[in-house]
Amino acid sequence: MSHFTRLRDLSRSNREPVIHLDNEELMPLPAPLDDPAREHAWTPLSEQCVTRYECGLDDTCAVNIPQPKTAEEEKELVGRFLSGLDKLFDKQNNWTFLQPLLLTMEHCTGCQTCAESCHIFEASGFNELYRPTYRSEILRRLYFKYVRHGGLLSAWQHGNIRLNWPLVARLIELSYRCNLCRRCAQTCPIGCDNGLVAHELRKLFSQEMGIAARELHEQGSMLQLKAGSSTGMTAEIVKDNVDFIDEDISERTGIEVHTPWDVKGADVLLIHNAGEIMAWPENPGAFALILTMAGVNWTMSSELAGYDSINYGLWYDDAQFARVALKHVEAAKKLGVKQIIVGECGHAHKALCVTADRLLTGDFNIPRTSWLPLVRDIVMSGKIKFDPARNDFPVTLHDPCNMVRLMGVVEPQREIVRALCPQFREMEPHGVENYCCGGGSGFAIMSGNNFPDWRFHVAGRKKMEQILNAFADCIGPETPKYLCAPCSNCKGQFRDMLAYYDMWEQNRIMYGGLVELIVNAMVDVKPGFIEWEWR
Amino acid sequence: MTVAVYVAMYAGALLFLVGCLKRIYQYARTPFHLRWELYPVPHEQPDRARYGGSYFESGEWWLSPQAVHHRGDWTAMFREIVFLRGLWEFNPRLWLPSFLFHFGLYLSIVTAGLAIAGAAFGALIPGVVAGRMTADAFVIAGWTGATGILLVLAGSIWLLIRRATDATLKNYTKAGDIFNLTFFIAAFACLAYGFLGSTVNGASFEEIARGALRFDRGTHVGATAGLGLILVSALAAYIPFTHMSHFIAKYFTWHSVRWDDRRNARDGIVESKVAVSLRNRPTWAAAHVGADGKKSWAEIASANPAEEVRK
Repeated sequence: MSHFTRLRDLSRSNREPVIHLDNEELMPLPAPLDDPAREHAWTPLSEQCVTRYECGLDDTCAVNIPQPKTAEEEKELVGRFLSGLDKLFDKQNNWTFLQPLLLTMEHCTGCQTCAESCHIFEASGFNELYRPTYRSEILRRLYFKYVRHGGLLSAWQHGNIRLNWPLVARLIELSYRCNLCRRCAQTCPIGCDNGLVAHELRKLFSQEMGIAARELHEQGSMLQLKAGSSTGMTAEIVKDNVDFIDEDISERTGIEVHTPWDVKGADVLLIHNAGEIMAWPENPGAFALILTMAGVNWTMSSELAGYDSINYGLWYDDAQFARVALKHVEAAKKLGVKQIIVGECGHAHKALCVTADRLLTGDFNIPRTSWLPLVRDIVMSGKIKFDPARNDFPVTLHDPCNMVRLMGVVEPQREIVRALCPQFREMEPHGVENYCCGGGSGFAIMSGNNFPDWRFHVAGRKKMEQILNAFADCIGPETPKYLCAPCSNCKGQFRDMLAYYDMWEQNRIMYGGLVELIVNAMVDVKPGFIEWEWR
Repeated sequence: MTVAVYVAMYAGALLFLVGCLKRIYQYARTPFHLRWELYPVPHEQPDRARYGGSYFESGEWWLSPQAVHHRGDWTAMFREIVFLRGLWEFNPRLWLPSFLFHFGLYLSIVTAGLAIAGAAFGALIPGVVAGRMTADAFVIAGWTGATGILLVLAGSIWLLIRRATDATLKNYTKAGDIFNLTFFIAAFACLAYGFLGSTVNGASFEEIARGALRFDRGTHVGATAGLGLILVSALAAYIPFTHMSHFIAKYFTWHSVRWDDRRNARDGIVESKVAVSLRNRPTWAAAHVGADGKKSWAEIASANPAEEVRK
């Protein structure tokens, strides 16, 4: 076991990692992953990474912060951090989250009620570095010392901390060791929010120091604002791809499907996570089929960002978040649609329907909602005939945090799977008490260095345990099983994590969305829409 | 001693009030923030609140007004405030000491309220009925006071032992935390010895309450009881300036953050508050933000830092 990690360890002057994680220390997994032969050894960080970037936190590196060359450079970076810290507690700069942040800073009693609710802390074998209050306590001490300018009395009351560049560098990395699932906040008796602390730290680093995970910023929100999608797809490319998907779906199902584009005055503007169009084309295809068969007056938009619902700013930068949200409603406003419906993407739900609700005024305040109530109503209406026997295989349902705990969309998806999947079984716990897939807050798309090792061994471990438990009665390879994840990021995490543990080849656990299950059960569709082929 | 006790009691109450108002003002004047609720939200429709559902589960929810079931909020608050339901559910090891401590405090507050009401009632309304009611109030106060003092004492000692011995808390326990619990133990131990001990030789709690109301210097306050009252008064003055004022914070964390699911209806109050927020002028330094202290938040959100290259 690693030595007990103290708060002061984050200020250690060397660049040695504060902790090392060994597989034996991690939370044990149930069968078949209780076999050490199926547990992977961690890929060590490359020599180049260790010598170029700040890797002093643990065994991985998410952000690739270049190492400063001189003491002056370090001092300047610490100064920028302090400047950002002040702005985090300033009304003009941080009106977006000042109140919940202040409450969290000033009222944590340190009772640790939140600790055991954190899947990362538990999966790491209760490693102190990943305790939800660890990073919060560091920020709290910095707040009282440098923002409130507390002296000796304050240090006695609130604790002290030594600020230097190694602390800042480690804090940057540590802000990317939280999925922002806010399960910890749900359990806090006071209402403090350690997930928010990680979010606000990321924001400080991005908005003041220009430091963020490359996958979220350059390859994420910036690319989306430049090309229209974080996939890099421009409108022309996305339309070509969707044309191809329409053809493929029409052929596979025997029902003619044609996705409408830029229909003025349509009832519904559907915005997918564009990752679906590239990685899981059957998903937007299934959507098109369902909406077409139900006679919904819908459209997609080819406006900038109007065809990609992702909004990575939600995880690290308020300005980027607001810009992308605004692009989404601009697309809807231009078409004059009655509502925006977000497809199978959890964080896009939360970003556009909930958080952005306090950004939009006047003509931009267009109703924005989840696809689930609409499709639930279609499924239950009897407009389309279903044969649940086509889905007669074990199915379990993952609850994307952003859609469930953070938005309260819990039952519509269950009504659908209960009606269409005879062998549906819940994970435990589920609903608003669910565990994150481990890919939340951007981790699902972060694959630099050996970060996936951490993502699968630690962040996704609790979810892996839940999946194995849900399928415990049929875990053998003779039974194909379906892990239903109505969220693109969660699916990305499951694709990578199930492959990492070879769960398809050895145990026949497949993952996919919910609309695929719906189409698979449609009587009018050729049987076998779900192909049971790994991708 | 008597005058010192009276002064401490009045000063403690006044500082407590001022400190609490300052806290409330501090949080109430923070800007209207983005939505950040967590489900379950208890004022949702009861059948939904049960599992944590929201109005987003309905199609076209914006066509009907938002229903708010205040009873759900009140029930959740009652369970949380009186029985510390969060700890019961998520940290049962801490529940009993914390419950003893908090319930003891509630009883102590009830005692103070009864004593003030009894003394004031007796002084203002003469007569047999009023006299009997006053006497009854003091009898009840005697029981609530004794129970409250003992519960606070037991709870705070238990919490202090836990703080000192639980390895998981050592990173997060400050000298101030130990001081706070010790302060409670000292103050309530003095009250216990001074009012409940076998050698009580000063005025009763009832006499002190009546004396304090009239500022009667003739009332003889025992040394230990007096010290206890001075310490409790100092504690009351101190609490609002520490994290222990979480009874105030909790109102905001619950109602303004966790349960705040107010919709932004077109031309509504929320929308007008949003419009005010969008006029803030940030100064974040990263180039992509493009803030200079002159541009408003709305202008920054409308800008696109990426070059628009579209084919």
